[in-house]
Amino acid sequence: MIDLLLAQVQLQDRANGGASCVADNGFCPSWIVDNFNRYTDPLVQHVYLTLVSLAIGFSISFALALLAHSRRWLVGPITQITAVLYTLPSLAVFFLLLPLTGRGNTTAIIALVSYSLLIIFRNIMTGLDNVPGETKDAGRGMGLTDRQLLWEVELPLALPEILAGLRIAATTTVGLATLAFFAGAGGLGEQIFADINFKSNVVTAGGLAVLLAAALDLVILLIQRLLTPWTRARAT
Amino acid sequence: MTTSYAVLGQFGDAIRFIFEGQTSTEGTHVGGSQFLDLLWEHLKLTFAAMGVACAISVPLGLWLGHIRRASFLAISISNVGRAVPSLALIAFFVAYLGVGFLNVMLALVLLAIPPILTNTYVAVTQVEPDTVDSARGMGMTGAEIVRKVELPLALPLMFGGIKTSAVNVLATATIAPLAGINTLGDPIINVSGYGDTGRLAASMVVAALAIFTELALGAVQRAVTPAGLKLESNTASRRMRLRFGREATT
Amino acid sequence: MNSPESAHTSGPSARPSAATLEFKEATKRFPGQDEPAVDGLSLTVPAGEICVLVGPSGCGKTTAMRMVNRMIDITDGDILLDGTSVTERRPADLRREIGYAIQQIGLFPHLTTADNIATVPRLLGWPKDRIAARVDELLELVSLDPAETRSRYPGQLSGGQRQRVGVARALAADPPLMLMDEPFGAIDPINRERLQNEFLRLQKEIRKTIVFVTHDIDEAIKIGDRIAVLQKGGKLAQYAPPAELLMYPNGRFVEDFVGADRALKRLALQRVRDIDLWRAPLVRVGEPAAEARAKVADSDLAYPLLVDDEGRPLGWLSERALTGERVENDLRSPAEPTVELDDVLRDALSDLLAHEAQYGPVLDERGAVSGVLSLEIIGHALKADPEKVRSGADALVTEDS
Repeated sequence: MIDLLLAQVQLQDRANGGASCVADNGFCPSWIVDNFNRYTDPLVQHVYLTLVSLAIGFSISFALALLAHSRRWLVGPITQITAVLYTLPSLAVFFLLLPLTGRGNTTAIIALVSYSLLIIFRNIMTGLDNVPGETKDAGRGMGLTDRQLLWEVELPLALPEILAGLRIAATTTVGLATLAFFAGAGGLGEQIFADINFKSNVVTAGGLAVLLAAALDLVILLIQRLLTPWTRARAT
Repeated sequence: MTTSYAVLGQFGDAIRFIFEGQTSTEGTHVGGSQFLDLLWEHLKLTFAAMGVACAISVPLGLWLGHIRRASFLAISISNVGRAVPSLALIAFFVAYLGVGFLNVMLALVLLAIPPILTNTYVAVTQVEPDTVDSARGMGMTGAEIVRKVELPLALPLMFGGIKTSAVNVLATATIAPLAGINTLGDPIINVSGYGDTGRLAASMVVAALAIFTELALGAVQRAVTPAGLKLESNTASRRMRLRFGREATT
Repeated sequence: MNSPESAHTSGPSARPSAATLEFKEATKRFPGQDEPAVDGLSLTVPAGEICVLVGPSGCGKTTAMRMVNRMIDITDGDILLDGTSVTERRPADLRREIGYAIQQIGLFPHLTTADNIATVPRLLGWPKDRIAARVDELLELVSLDPAETRSRYPGQLSGGQRQRVGVARALAADPPLMLMDEPFGAIDPINRERLQNEFLRLQKEIRKTIVFVTHDIDEAIKIGDRIAVLQKGGKLAQYAPPAELLMYPNGRFVEDFVGADRALKRLALQRVRDIDLWRAPLVRVGEPAAEARAKVADSDLAYPLLVDDEGRPLGWLSERALTGERVENDLRSPAEPTVELDDVLRDALSDLLAHEAQYGPVLDERGAVSGVLSLEIIGHALKADPEKVRSGADALVTEDS
């Protein structure tokens, strides 16, 4: 109900603008420039939802991966459980959670986190599994303890794959967060939904979501290049 | 019956809603058999979108993979596809093309293409060059190589892509009521007629449908895997998939 | 036994640079396997010597080596390092004191050459400046330019350079014992030969105790001071210096393993300078013929060899050349082939056979004749006491090209 009310308010809002482009639901650059400030709060909320979900999702996946790395039998069960969470449509998860966690950020974040677990977990595991056997053997043979081997050799070498997983998780989370308003957590999706027939609105809010995904992707890519200089060093 | 539902609280009410239905605030019957209509519309939309997407991406992926060209295009299309939110995609189609079955379906087709295309492409390029070379050496034509060698070997990964797309399309079809198509998302989007119980009920059905699709297509995927491939470790293919920075789909 | 504290402070010269290694009935049984992988292995490697473990695949040679630094724990028996059982040590501490080099090298791809070499010194807590100095010292030791190589990643090095960095890394903390598992196995034959020679020269300098695993009997003969031949089921077939192994293989297995050409292989262990040569009747043009005839009578040969003023050979003289007053320049055949003092007997024999010659002059470093080598002498050399045949780093005289 609140959602619908909001939509009506905004509909009236832009009708007051008066220009024919706006009245025709057109794509109106001048309207976008004049009304851009109405997108800043949803954008900030969208960034907040994405980053918090990614941080929690990464922490949980990382812990699960470390656990499964030393206890191999856990790989199967963890993969299966996270795969179910990954398969559940986020929109459904929002409403399945409502009776338990109510409307708001918590519900949205739980759903977004549960979706990202499989992607990040699987990439960390693949990264660790792909560390060459001889590198581990040499490390152990020189007297690195298991813990030193993990933190000084295996994890650094798994970084490209771990960060590749984080990139996938980041772009998908930005996309799914557009549905977070169904759980009462706002974001850019709320803007899209509020006036879905108005091209200027859809393009601006949708475009901001795409730009946010691209920006996050780029930032993580840059982090990866900074953290893994050896991947670009090749014989001259 | 009624008491056993009650134990589950709101979830129990929702389950009863699914099987028995109730009268809506507008006086019409919702839930129960009415859900079957919504399910039918939901499946129709999903199948139509998946059919078109497969008809486009499978041949294209096989061809690009066979000639081993356009790797940048085939790989980056899935990266771009992921960055466009499904809600924005549907909204874009509604704003520019208006509401209607065909328009929503087209939006879903665009959503479904990238995983299928990329997986098919990667699957074909992953076939050992030696295998293709020996097929050519035995006198197979290009078309025969695709049909008898590359396609069978690519099937498992290709079905992985189809599964990803199908689950994704199924989930996104939930917001189709925004474009005037009454799928199982109707109780979720147009909550006023159904109430919170109806919305929860629809969510449960959609979730169950997604899990079912995942399991069913997973079984198909296993069934189409050539027996010889099942014996091999899948480490190589997993490594390959990750090199292209995409989520690994089983 | 070294306590962990002393390990932290020990440096290149704080410990004796080589340790004695002793296998005592060392046995390894893997769970679920009927046959032991290594079965009651007993042998002693004296300090500063290279012991090569050799045998067909599946003979347990790598397992035997890995038991030393407890990468694989022994099931029965014991392994003593300088008299102390390795089982009494914490594995990580033990391994930091033992150099470890494997065929795949296993350099850390994410660390520079310098950081790779610094791995064990860092684990031992050496101060930074000492590590930096040690890294440069080691790079020079393995013939790499420190300034150029130091900050490169393994991905930027050639295969041979990586191998050298691997050896430098294994030597970093100056370990008294080195374990090397087919370190040259993945290198092409030409570069392998060069790296082997370099390795032997290095060993001459550092004198470590080394356990070296290979499946290549020729490499074993070239590298080893002692060779342990293992057979399937992890049983020691024979443990002996190379020459003894080739001369007295103690059974069918070893005989087959060293090959039907074992006599020729023995010739590769000896150099021309190591054996007694025939005295050559060296004469010059214009010298009194009577003197020349006396030289021939006193020598092992029937024909005089004409040499120039520097003693370099010009050719074999005919009988007629000595019939006059003075020696005349009347050659019956050129002085071919010639062999050098540093040639191994196998190469010298090959030269003689190629020229269909029974004998040929031996030249010293200046090119002057210092004797004559004949097929007969080589025959005698094959019967030589293996104790007198030098091997391993001691046998290395020539430099690689």
